Amino acid sequence: MNVNDTFDIRGETHIEVYKFRGGSIFVVTALALILQPLLRVYLPKTAILDLPLLITVYFGLSRRNPSTGLLLGTVIGLLQDSLSKSPLGLYGIAKTIIGYLASSIGARLDTEHPAARFALTAVFFLLQQVIVVLIERLLLAHPGALFNMRIAIAAGVNGLVGVFVYFLLDRLRKS
Amino acid sequence: MVAIPSRHKSLVLLAGVILVQILALAVQIKAKDAQGDQASLIRGWTVAAVSPFERAGAWAVEKVRGTWRHYFALSGTAKENERLRQENQALKLKVVELQSKAEETDRLAALLQFRESHRDVRMIPARVIGASADSNSAVIYVDRGQRDGLRKDMGVITPDGVVGKVVEVYGDSAQVLLITDKESGVGAMLANSRIQSPVGGMGEPLLNMKYVASDDEVNVGDLVVTSGMDRIFPKDLPVGTVAQVKPGTTFKQIRVKPAANLERLEEVLILPTLESFDMMKNSGSSAKNAPAEAKPEAQAPANAKPEAAPKKPPVAANPATRPADQPR
Repeated sequence: MNVNDTFDIRGETHIEVYKFRGGSIFVVTALALILQPLLRVYLPKTAILDLPLLITVYFGLSRRNPSTGLLLGTVIGLLQDSLSKSPLGLYGIAKTIIGYLASSIGARLDTEHPAARFALTAVFFLLQQVIVVLIERLLLAHPGALFNMRIAIAAGVNGLVGVFVYFLLDRLRKS
Repeated sequence: MVAIPSRHKSLVLLAGVILVQILALAVQIKAKDAQGDQASLIRGWTVAAVSPFERAGAWAVEKVRGTWRHYFALSGTAKENERLRQENQALKLKVVELQSKAEETDRLAALLQFRESHRDVRMIPARVIGASADSNSAVIYVDRGQRDGLRKDMGVITPDGVVGKVVEVYGDSAQVLLITDKESGVGAMLANSRIQSPVGGMGEPLLNMKYVASDDEVNVGDLVVTSGMDRIFPKDLPVGTVAQVKPGTTFKQIRVKPAANLERLEEVLILPTLESFDMMKNSGSSAKNAPAEAKPEAQAPANAKPEAAPKKPPVAANPATRPADQPR
């Protein structure tokens, strides 16, 4: 497939598949995983941000390939687990599903509008929270809050930051 | 062989990847129950790969902060200099007065230090270089590891109070579980009434004091200190203050505000757990009138960094005489 290929889904909508400059996915992922813990030390309020999730969602929505989306989500989630106390696989599973869904939705809808990006990021944040809590309850026997005000605020904040971060990441697309 | 339709391939891949991770989760849980964490290798590799960048990031932030403070934040310095010059004159007079008081205080402090000197505890200062990559767990990473003599279950404190304990140790770094984490717990007691009860995290800024009977008297503002029963922290280190008390059927519902500022941790002190505990036990039982000799195994390991060597500061059963070792 060519760079910026356009293809037709159900004969009516034209959805672009974006490719990125060489190594940019790797560099952005590494940067997110390094910044996430570092920010929490110097700016504790940023603890509600989930940069790895934003990266998973962005590349899922842009690349629009469910297989690569879910694999990228798997790698990011497992690395995030490795850098935290969580058992390996907790965020791995969550981000695998998020990566898959983001890619699948990206292939069906135009997700370039900031409002759509905000809404999708917030929903994916909440979905990730639900998946993590369910895994904790079912597999690890750790009770956790499924939803509360803090999670709602975090979803909104991640949505807002996501719109800004996605705008920056758009610069990495091959023209 | 049954061919998978191409439109279903990604679904099959999704199911496969999730299944593998669920199995991995199960293996970890099982491995932990049996003989330790089998996932520690991959965890160790990832931490080893990322911690140099976090270390470099922390260094860069310090440099930028220093540059800002020393160069760019100097606007209005001339005016402030004049004001300070005048203030300096006034302070010189005060200094003379305070010097005589300070000498008196030094003498009293020396007496107090002598009285407490049998409670020598070695501490390893460490810098916080990162925090958990997810928001559900309250952990931090410090720039000291196995090579500095760190081991699992060592207590971590600041001069303000208890921070948490070491849960994973890598070559040059270690993971510390904060007391606010859901899985965290500290043997504690109320300083005034000496009622003992474990204090645990809830994944929130406040801690939970679990088993204080409904008929015991507890007031907001009461100091909570370590009981020493967990064999991680010496007795009487400050844990926090009671922030809320609600009546319960059997036990009171008590929320404790941590004494240490866990949201602003930049340097911490690590207590080599058992050594310090044994030393305290020895000194408590037999050496009331003379400073206790530190056990050989309580000394720094041979491969420890020079800064990590024991300085044997007078510590700190009494919150008023807190450890004063400086982090690197």
